[in-house]
Amino acid sequence: MPPILFWLFAAVMLVFGLLVIINRNPIASALSLVVCFLGLAALFMSLDAFFIGIIQVLVYAGAVMVLFLFIIMLLDLRAEERRQINWIAFAGGFLVAFALLVQIVAVIGSTRMAKQTFPPLASQQADDVHNVGLLLFGNYNLPFQVIGVLILVATIGVIVLSKRQLR
Amino acid sequence: MITLGDYLAVSGILFAIGFSGVLLRRNIIIIFMALELMLNAANLSLVAFSRFRLSDNGLPNYNAQVLVFFIITVAAAEVAVGLAIIVALYRARRTTHVEDISSLKF
Repeated sequence: MPPILFWLFAAVMLVFGLLVIINRNPIASALSLVVCFLGLAALFMSLDAFFIGIIQVLVYAGAVMVLFLFIIMLLDLRAEERRQINWIAFAGGFLVAFALLVQIVAVIGSTRMAKQTFPPLASQQADDVHNVGLLLFGNYNLPFQVIGVLILVATIGVIVLSKRQLR
Repeated sequence: MITLGDYLAVSGILFAIGFSGVLLRRNIIIIFMALELMLNAANLSLVAFSRFRLSDNGLPNYNAQVLVFFIITVAAAEVAVGLAIIVALYRARRTTHVEDISSLKF
């Protein structure tokens, strides 16, 4: 992928990620999150991870965001009314997040590995669905089945939680 | 050329955006979206490392991509359960503002 496309998709992802935080209206936040995830899927594909990119679009931009929008609709949330902001707490939170960012950038800047470019692949047609599937059903078969049980438990849990009376 | 550090820096910035959203916002649904941003930032650095450290046959290291697959699955289950908890909370309290939900506060 040419560098210009990387910077374009990274900028789209970061700007819309920031809009998720800034927007006052929850629906605008959810729609910005969709665009942010689409940019992220493009970055995955630029790393030759086509399967993960497609899963990202299907699961996140499709299923999860529909769930978010559905809940926002169900709760009938409006744009937040302006409240008195606790400025000390706001400044503290901002400072902690900024300190984290500075630390991450400092660690990345001081590692030698981070300055290397990506090595070329052996073959341009990396069959990644085939390879991920082989690992998933071979080496990682037990975790895969545990994930299945986890999803079953989550489904039952959601049904129990959304009953009107909890007994 | 794009280096590994560029991808890691983008991933770190996305993580910091999500983290600041969790700390600064007071709407519980927005906090939940910011949590998703942080999970995805971790996924981006995993995929970047999988492309960077090729395995012996010259293909990306697919172990990391399997881990990303698991993370996406668990995150989807987590979103479903979390939103169900938010709906239950809204039924009980009629609010999604975290400062109105303080009965567990010390």
